[in-house]
Amino acid sequence: MNFIRNSVIPVGAVLLAILALWYVFAVVLNAPFERDQAARANTTISTGQLIVNTMAQERPVLPAPHQVAEEIRKTVFDISPTSKRSLVYHAGVTLSSTLLGFGLGTLLGILLAIAIVHSRTLDKSLMPWIITSQTVPILAIAPMIIVVLNAVNITGLLPKAMISTYLSFFPVAVGMVKGLRSPEIMHLDLMRTYNASKSQVFWKLRWPASMPYLFTSMKIAVAISLVGAIVGELPTGAVAGIGARLLAGSYYGQTVQIWAALIAAALMAAILVSLIGLVATLVNRRMGVRP
Amino acid sequence: MTISRSPLAIAAFLLAVPGLLISSGGDVQATLAYSTPVILFVAAAVALFTSVSIPSLIVVLILVHVVAFCLIDLLGSMLTARPDIGYWCMVASSWLLAWFSVQNLAGLKLASAQAQRLVNFALPVLFGAWLLILWEILVRGFGVPSILLPPPSMIAGRIANSVPTLWVDFQQTYLKAAIAGYAIGCGSGFLAAIIVDRVPFLRRGLLPIGNLVAALPVVGIAPIMVMWFGSYWESKAAVVVIMTFFPMLVNTVAGLAASGAMERDLMQTYGSSYGQTLLKLRLPAAMPFIFNALKINSTLALIGAIVAEFFGSPIVGMGFRISAEVGRMNVDMVWAEIFVAALAGSLSYGLITLIERAVTFWHPSYRT
Repeated sequence: MNFIRNSVIPVGAVLLAILALWYVFAVVLNAPFERDQAARANTTISTGQLIVNTMAQERPVLPAPHQVAEEIRKTVFDISPTSKRSLVYHAGVTLSSTLLGFGLGTLLGILLAIAIVHSRTLDKSLMPWIITSQTVPILAIAPMIIVVLNAVNITGLLPKAMISTYLSFFPVAVGMVKGLRSPEIMHLDLMRTYNASKSQVFWKLRWPASMPYLFTSMKIAVAISLVGAIVGELPTGAVAGIGARLLAGSYYGQTVQIWAALIAAALMAAILVSLIGLVATLVNRRMGVRP
Repeated sequence: MTISRSPLAIAAFLLAVPGLLISSGGDVQATLAYSTPVILFVAAAVALFTSVSIPSLIVVLILVHVVAFCLIDLLGSMLTARPDIGYWCMVASSWLLAWFSVQNLAGLKLASAQAQRLVNFALPVLFGAWLLILWEILVRGFGVPSILLPPPSMIAGRIANSVPTLWVDFQQTYLKAAIAGYAIGCGSGFLAAIIVDRVPFLRRGLLPIGNLVAALPVVGIAPIMVMWFGSYWESKAAVVVIMTFFPMLVNTVAGLAASGAMERDLMQTYGSSYGQTLLKLRLPAAMPFIFNALKINSTLALIGAIVAEFFGSPIVGMGFRISAEVGRMNVDMVWAEIFVAALAGSLSYGLITLIERAVTFWHPSYRT
């Protein structure tokens, strides 16, 4: 009961408020077009008719939520997933490069963190650069990587995945360095008294201790991989993927299509992040964390 | 005479020997081609046969950088031919020597704090310098097409040649769009956080949503903003506003909850009003969180402004320049823009860190 009172009702109320605001804005923003149409036809339009019309425009300034929902329903369920007009197809393209990039990036980040934790030289010389690189708008390179790799005949999934890899390995590396260093000195000393080897210290102490850090940074990494994959789809001439959907929509003024793609991307991000949250809970429980 | 047992020094020495014997390629008759291997050999010998000390490390470092400079210069005189085995041996040897010096510098425990700080600053600089040196040598030595990856010298030349263009783009994207959007986004996020904090119902309802939105690909909103606000900088600022709003909201709300119950009780016994508690206790306590959001947002703002320009912009701006020059395969210009973006990003991050240090001087992480 507490859960319902403390989170379901407030969140639901805020969501409803957002939905209501959305409708209000849709009417307000789309009204000038309708008035313009009426003035051109030399007719006057009643307020009721105006409101109905603003929610059913072909290319509204702001589509009403039900228009977006209808577009999503149509492109997800009515069109077969193999068709290029299906949102599932485009989401699948984006998802595959996101996951490939995220997987590679996480692996690279973990390996880098292991190297940094075990080498004083790398720690002192490489770590400052990793931190600086977080302040750099790396995403701006995305289109260049795509076009340049296209020029040397590397096309398809790999270039996009490389952008996601590049974006996602920084948070994982930084988080894991923190995580692998998180065991207390007392625990490290205990391992020493056991005469544990470096690899034993790693597998039995450092690695398990770093798990919470790993999952926290993986959540950030998967969200940023998705952004990378979407931005990576922009410059290829809008072939396939959520980003291509956005770009094509903005070329042809298909606002409903843009919003549908945006909602799909948002859903994907939410699902991916909560999946990692779920895995984190499972792993934590397996490792003996009691809530 | 002590022989260093470091495998790095031994490998560097062994690789320096072929440089003396085998030709480094090309039809070079310059004195440079003869003197470079000798300098390298001396450096390797110093590294191998002297015990590790600061003077010997400095000698090795200076010699190795002279060698690196000569090696790059040699590339310029080998116009047609590709460098030979001897050349690559020298490159590998000098890189190993630099690595050897950095490793030993990192391992040194210096008595004076000032010297330690100098070393801590020098290590990443050396690492970065060698990244650039190897990038330059490998790209030019192997003849990598400049479309794929231009050498740093070419990018530097391009930056020097097109300062006016870069400055105009920087003005458009950073000084107008990113800063305006950043200020509005962070400001409104901050005010919203104070309201949300005052109303518990909103806090419970809005925070989970705010947390979710902070993870969403908000850049996707860019085409819509371009449609609504036109293709000038206002639409980019709008994207930045939306991108920066939620991180600020979430962090500030978390920060406002950070002051301890005991301190709040103390404020209550003083009979202080809500406003007094907010200004004198809770906002100062929230500052580390707020600065965290400001730092995250400084990167997001630049990304938002640049990516939004991919969806339509006037013929000026960093994002526009990147997508236009990529289309014309002027990759060096793209790298020049990226350099400017990286510089702007790091400098603004550094500036915020400095302000943070001044404002949150009381925080444990800054007390010494």
